[in-house]
Amino acid sequence: MRLTLRVWRQKNDRSPGAMKEYPVDGVSPDMSFLEMLDTLNERLTLEGEEPIAFDHDCREGICGACSLVINGDAHGPERTTACQLHMRSFRDGDTVDVEPWRAAAFPVVRDLVVDRSAFDRIIQAGGYVSVPTGAAPEAHATPVPKAAADAAFEHAECIGCGACVAACPNGSAMLFTSAKVNHLNVLPQGAPERETRVLDMVAQMDAEGFGGCTLTGECATACPKGIPLTSITSMNKEWLRANRKVSRD
Amino acid sequence: MALATRPDRRPTVVRTVWDSTIGKKTIMAVSGLLMLTYLAVHMFGNLKIFFGPGTFNGYAHWLRTLGEPFLHYEWALWIIRVGLVVCVVAHAVCAYQLSRLDRRARPVGYVHRRPRASYATRTMRWGGVILGLFIVWHLLDLTTLTVNRNAEPGHPYQNVVATFHTWYGDVIYIVAMLALGLHIRHGFWSAAQTLGAGSRTRDRVLKSTANGLALVLTAGFIAVPVGVMTGVVS
Repeated sequence: MRLTLRVWRQKNDRSPGAMKEYPVDGVSPDMSFLEMLDTLNERLTLEGEEPIAFDHDCREGICGACSLVINGDAHGPERTTACQLHMRSFRDGDTVDVEPWRAAAFPVVRDLVVDRSAFDRIIQAGGYVSVPTGAAPEAHATPVPKAAADAAFEHAECIGCGACVAACPNGSAMLFTSAKVNHLNVLPQGAPERETRVLDMVAQMDAEGFGGCTLTGECATACPKGIPLTSITSMNKEWLRANRKVSRD
Repeated sequence: MALATRPDRRPTVVRTVWDSTIGKKTIMAVSGLLMLTYLAVHMFGNLKIFFGPGTFNGYAHWLRTLGEPFLHYEWALWIIRVGLVVCVVAHAVCAYQLSRLDRRARPVGYVHRRPRASYATRTMRWGGVILGLFIVWHLLDLTTLTVNRNAEPGHPYQNVVATFHTWYGDVIYIVAMLALGLHIRHGFWSAAQTLGAGSRTRDRVLKSTANGLALVLTAGFIAVPVGVMTGVVS
């Protein structure tokens, strides 16, 4: 296969960037999108040009490191991560646009790499369960209802890649935050911090400069892990409940 | 003495709501639903125009005597008007602030653009502005009668007919009501999500209700100018 790539090149966060065109030859349909970028980078290195910087780690679709907007879609045309996207999803002769996540809260570090530490700060604000250290507790000490376990697991699938923010026209982080809030709030282990968790994480999300939710549904469509849009509804409910509870205390 | 692990005090609920994007959306959802309730009653009352000037003008007069003798003449109407102004202002201020925030959150767009979201969703902001301008025109036309051709206080039937005998009266009204339908279609469903009422099992019901409300209200409101244009109401 022969493709024409148009890639966002940007030296650092202070310099302006632009799309640059690269013809890529000999692309196998079995290559992943990142492997295709690897072959291009090898050529660029040999030619003396700076290789294209992009985030990647596990290449198994479970770490959430890859962050490419391909032809206007976060992670490209398939419902998976860019590392699990294969070149068979494209046709010979296609022109493919590759851009970084776009959001004020995700500044571009270089080329296709963005700084997603805003997500880490949202987690630090309440995306945890405080437990006293010591010996591991007995596994059945806290019974977890099956429905709660299923719901928690569905939300726990979020890998924090940020595709939701990249896809949202408002650069909103509601789907990410809601997945993390719901994951712990539905479990008995998360119950003691149920109210503070949602209030603090939402406050941090707003403080990071993410936009508000207008329920366009773009986030849930882009999410490689299938976190549903109703996750946001559940978080709204938790947030309103927490405000009622806190005001009574 | 135990150590205080969290010495900072939480802001008040009012502050939390006003400072949060979810809080502002909650204000928009509640004010939107109140306005929607008003519109349903308004639309229903409008249909009395098909029963002739006596019924319609009598209904308009009854609205002014609503709540008597507990309330004075026109007091009920003024209470509703004040409530509506509060709703419109709160709804618009939150929408403006959230829109500005949303634009700031995505300062650089994508080079590769593709159509996003449904038409109703994309037109919420400008649709809202159109509705705001329409309300101003609507009040000048049929409440203060400033721009009405008939302008007879106490004769709303004749004033309505006069409005819809002008081509611009029909165009402004029908365009605004189509914008209203689109606004309700996304707005009602969104309000349900914001207030936490949505769920996977309830989604179809909520979407159908939103579409039903949008359709019934738009059709009900548009029936009046269509009635005047076709001569059913004259």
